[in-house]
Amino acid sequence: MSNIAIKVENLSKAYQLGQIGTGTISRDLERWYAQLRGKEDPFLRIGETNNRTTKGTSDIVWSLKDLSFEIEQGEAVGIIGNNGAGKSTLLKILSKVTAPTSGKISGKGRIASLLEVGTGFHPELSGRENIFLNGAILGMRKKEISRKLDEIVDFAGIERYLDTPVKRYSSGMYVRLAFAVAANLESEILIVDEVLAVGDAEFQKKCLGKMGEVSKGQGRTVLFVSHNMTSIQKLCNTSIILQHGTLLAKEKTNDAINLYQGLQNTITQDTLQLDENYLVSNFSFEPSHINSLSDCILSFKVSSREHRKIESISPLFYDSFNQRVAVLDLRNQIGIHTMAGPGKDIDVAIKIKNIPFLEGEYVLGLYINDDISGKDFFNLFRFNIWPVKKLSNEIPYEYDLVYRGYMNLDFEVLTPKP
Amino acid sequence: MQPNEQHWSIEANSSIFDIKLKEAWSYRDLLFLLVRRDFVSFYKQTILGPLWFFIQPLFTTIIFTFIFGNLAEISTDGLPKPLFYMAGITAWNYFADCITKTSTVFKDNANIFGKVYFPRLIMPLSIVISSLVRFAVQMLLFLILMIYYYATGASFSITWAILLFPVVVILMALLGLGTGMIISAMTTKYRDLAFLVTFGVQLLMYATTVIYPLSTAIEKYPSYSWLIEYNPMTPIIEIFRLGFLGEGSFSWHSFAYATSVTLVLLVFGIIIFNKVEKTFVDTV
Repeated sequence: MSNIAIKVENLSKAYQLGQIGTGTISRDLERWYAQLRGKEDPFLRIGETNNRTTKGTSDIVWSLKDLSFEIEQGEAVGIIGNNGAGKSTLLKILSKVTAPTSGKISGKGRIASLLEVGTGFHPELSGRENIFLNGAILGMRKKEISRKLDEIVDFAGIERYLDTPVKRYSSGMYVRLAFAVAANLESEILIVDEVLAVGDAEFQKKCLGKMGEVSKGQGRTVLFVSHNMTSIQKLCNTSIILQHGTLLAKEKTNDAINLYQGLQNTITQDTLQLDENYLVSNFSFEPSHINSLSDCILSFKVSSREHRKIESISPLFYDSFNQRVAVLDLRNQIGIHTMAGPGKDIDVAIKIKNIPFLEGEYVLGLYINDDISGKDFFNLFRFNIWPVKKLSNEIPYEYDLVYRGYMNLDFEVLTPKP
Repeated sequence: MQPNEQHWSIEANSSIFDIKLKEAWSYRDLLFLLVRRDFVSFYKQTILGPLWFFIQPLFTTIIFTFIFGNLAEISTDGLPKPLFYMAGITAWNYFADCITKTSTVFKDNANIFGKVYFPRLIMPLSIVISSLVRFAVQMLLFLILMIYYYATGASFSITWAILLFPVVVILMALLGLGTGMIISAMTTKYRDLAFLVTFGVQLLMYATTVIYPLSTAIEKYPSYSWLIEYNPMTPIIEIFRLGFLGEGSFSWHSFAYATSVTLVLLVFGIIIFNKVEKTFVDTV
């Protein structure tokens, strides 16, 4: 136990779906009576694992189920999993924001947890006042914050604005300041949820650098949740994969990521309710293993509950930093005269020729514009692009990703001929 | 940085008496900063600033003087009417502030509570202390009114009971805190209670001796006056009035009663609040 920082034993967390509040007094009494007799809670017995896509028979789901693992001191651990795998629930329990339904976590050392940047920031207060307030909310004493003030201001790079109310800050400054406070917490264990998704690429790099320094330089334990495999790879030596609330694997990060990405290709979410009106079904993006500069076919069906006059339906592509990299403009094919509604589904199939994306993770979104509203739907599908198939065996290696710019171009050399 | 080797554990259930006062103490800086935040943010958003604190009791006093004093001719124990009402309103406002603001503490702070852990007790405590600022400003107004009436020769006198003033303030704070915490814990699940609070507090004011003296109530409704006497706020307001204006009923018996009700509600409130804080994020 000596060098174990966090030990999770049989951790479970149940959530009730649907409406909470109506008729709960009778349920509460029932549960209370069961507890009184020392029996198992009647509402947890009927729970089932958390799988969003299948319709369950009960309204209790296990967000986490019998999760056990250990984390050693100084380890930087990535937590990977699909949406709803239980990552955030795990972090919430670790941060003591909510209590587990059963099971136990024990450990040693102070925990600093960063589930959100800028919790408790007040727009009317100045940067300096907010540093103190936010620091205190995160558990720092006033003395401690005063001592760290210069470091925080320096990291955030907001010295000129220190006495300006934060409502006048740009959103970038706001996030930088918030992260700076949290990153300078004195703690043995640092828990970070996907907070880096905000802010620009440079800031993200700076945060990752800071977190790396925290884990490698100062020997603190770091738990890091992200959908960005590159960040996880950079920061964490070990990773945990969660699936439907259970532990799938705890492996070296590279192995874990490979395992996880292998899983991704088999998970096909072929029906998705976009909002109260639109539904996407028959979704496919083929082939499952897409190489850069190869052809692929995206197809799906859009159904609308109400009658709508469609102006455009456009697939959007984002990279792992949530930057939009491409839009497929289909207005020549779908739009102006296209009606959607009951019995009028829109079938879309698009062949993308020689897809120029560099290898890495990408996210597909969809933009639908009709006579009532125009909306972007994000995070519909994550997919990986794999490296270009080698054309020649004579070239021993590919240039590193960082040297290759933003995309692969499809080109043909006219002279010299090989 | 010296490593902190402190062991901790997170479990599903803990003792209901584990109220973590020691932990709350280590967050006292946060308490202070939250009080400061409340004050500064209120002050910054308004043009008149703390002057707003004056306006509400002033107008209420004027209205009470006309309606209850002149129209309904309810006795004020021979005291100048505005003085009598303002004494009741000032004290009552503080209690009402504590209870109504504390009762929505989970709902109002769901965002922060859902993202970061600190002893939740800090929040209601900061509310009670922040409200003290407003209370102090209104006390000032009350004192000004006292000086005015003293100068014009009205008959009232400060009595020994004024020595109990600090105790009375603490009692009001704790009573508001305890009741508010009980309500806040219950509103996380049963939302309808929230509607009851504003309405209930208003009703409770009429069951407290804010607009009439206890002596009149006993005289007019001898068989129902126990309702008013069993209200723990009644002895508090009576002592307040006795101390500053020299009129009011006081007995050590009723004082002890108010104190014990306050303490029972407070302990119960802290326990239930601590129980709810662990999982309220899932239900709110």
